[in-house]
Amino acid sequence: MRLAGFGAFAAGVTLLPVLFPDNYFVTVVGVSAGLHVILAVGLNLLIGYAGQISLGHAAFFGMGAYASAILTTRHAWPSLLAMAAGLLIAGSIAWLLARPILRLRGHYLAMATLGFGIIVHVVMVQATGWTGGPDGMAGIPPLNLLGWEVDGDRRWYGVVSAAALLTIWLSLNIVDSRVGRALRAVRGSEFAAQMMGIDAAGAKTQAFVVSALFAAFAGSLFAHQQAFVSPDSFSLMVSVDLVIMVVLGGMASTFGAAFGAIALTLLNEGLVVFEDYEMLIHGALLMIVMIFLPQGLFVGLSQVGRRLSAVFYCQTEKR
Amino acid sequence: MPEQLLQFLATGVTVGSIYALVGLGFALIYNASDVVNFAQGEFVMLGAMTTVALLGAGLPLVLAAVVATLLTALVGLLLERFAIEPAAGASVVSTIIITIGAAIFLRGGVLLLWGKGFHALPPFTGDTPIRLGGATLLPQSLWVLGVTALLVALVHAFFNRTLLGKALLACSFNRNAAQLVGINVRVMLRLAYALSAALGALAGILVAPITFTSYEAGVMLGLKGFSAAIVGGIGNPMGAVAGGLLLGVLESLGAGLISSGYKDAIAFLFVLMVLFFEPTGLFGHKTAERV
Repeated sequence: MRLAGFGAFAAGVTLLPVLFPDNYFVTVVGVSAGLHVILAVGLNLLIGYAGQISLGHAAFFGMGAYASAILTTRHAWPSLLAMAAGLLIAGSIAWLLARPILRLRGHYLAMATLGFGIIVHVVMVQATGWTGGPDGMAGIPPLNLLGWEVDGDRRWYGVVSAAALLTIWLSLNIVDSRVGRALRAVRGSEFAAQMMGIDAAGAKTQAFVVSALFAAFAGSLFAHQQAFVSPDSFSLMVSVDLVIMVVLGGMASTFGAAFGAIALTLLNEGLVVFEDYEMLIHGALLMIVMIFLPQGLFVGLSQVGRRLSAVFYCQTEKR
Repeated sequence: MPEQLLQFLATGVTVGSIYALVGLGFALIYNASDVVNFAQGEFVMLGAMTTVALLGAGLPLVLAAVVATLLTALVGLLLERFAIEPAAGASVVSTIIITIGAAIFLRGGVLLLWGKGFHALPPFTGDTPIRLGGATLLPQSLWVLGVTALLVALVHAFFNRTLLGKALLACSFNRNAAQLVGINVRVMLRLAYALSAALGALAGILVAPITFTSYEAGVMLGLKGFSAAIVGGIGNPMGAVAGGLLLGVLESLGAGLISSGYKDAIAFLFVLMVLFFEPTGLFGHKTAERV
């Protein structure tokens, strides 16, 4: 089942550019959707499986992006090394922050992560000497994978798709591992989990660090793909969008998160057509989906489908 | 130097009063429904923007302010009725997203109606600065302080002296028990949202002559109000007021003495520090988790 889902997803991702070569929605929007998949799948480990909210994940996304931007342009580091440095920085900060921040619950945790995200954003805007300030940094060189330069929409589509599939595969494996089971136990009841000998704080820390690493990885790819970074791409609204992707798709489901990421990317892209009505429709849709499908589109719709088929099955049985 | 400090303090208390009012709105709604309303800042913006529009339509300031406050209260009531009530029993994350959706919706509505421009209200009583010791104070600051003090006293009296206030409080302690003693919980919830929206609108109208307002003005004010409520211990109305004042003063001191660009970072760093050492806020209840 799990492998079948993964295979179907991989096949879809591979077939799209073959069926629609040079289609704007596949090559350009597809890259952005792929980056969002990486971010949402990572964040889902924290929100969906460990049951801990983060309203500041754009901060880790930004750390990865700025680390790549600064190290490759100003210090001429090779892009892979810069990416590794970004992962190291984001991972270390997440690890240092995890214990005090994940001690908090519910709305207090939401506040703390939100505050962290805003602080990092303010630093990006204000530390002009490092980050270029509100104007951002341009001229980031293309990603260089051991001599193979990634430039052009189609190469980027390939690289980002591969990266997204890699993160989905990693996430599926983490979820089914000892750590994943520990996380689900913690989400159910932290006390009960501790009673069974699970190191709850340790499990939550692992989820936080892994999701930060995924975000920084996406950030580094984003910086090279755009060749430009500015604080706008890592604002509070981006953090909120990431949470929406996870919840929209359906929490505690890796494919759900991926689905949510693609759905929200397409939605944002599609709403641009409505210009002045964009925000109004966006807000209304969010409310409607959350009110009527609180478990998310992916999980909610598949349940509706199952119920419908059950009804259908019962009726044929009766006959 | 002491004069300068006095100036920062005066500015801080003025801004802090606004945070306190927004925080009070958060606490009201949280108490009644266990929901953190991320559209609280939009109530503040809605109050100010509606007043600006009504003033432009030729209404006198006082009437415009009253109508704008009532209209915002109506929006609060509608939010409860059509977005919160149907989602009863939803998880924390779901309700957060619903209210964020509402916030985006309201921002989009205002953008559509009145555009992206920045607007200011005229000060209530002139703009000749008042000298106070070494500090100068705008007359509008006195209005902010005075009306905030009055509103806080009213809310306090409402909860402690009136039957309606006590009924609302009962809903926050135990909804089922409140229902059993004959309190109409549904009506109480709507009342809480309307009241909270009205408080937000008043905060917006009070501060609009000092800081400009626009369709996006509610975002930061809402977040600061949320911080105030969290620092005070969420669900504790007077804690939210204290939290707001504390946040305003610290932010103003930070902006004056360290760097104005890092003003927001300083405020949120303070919030993080409070949470790291007091995970349920400064005046919050220490609750034990039931297994």
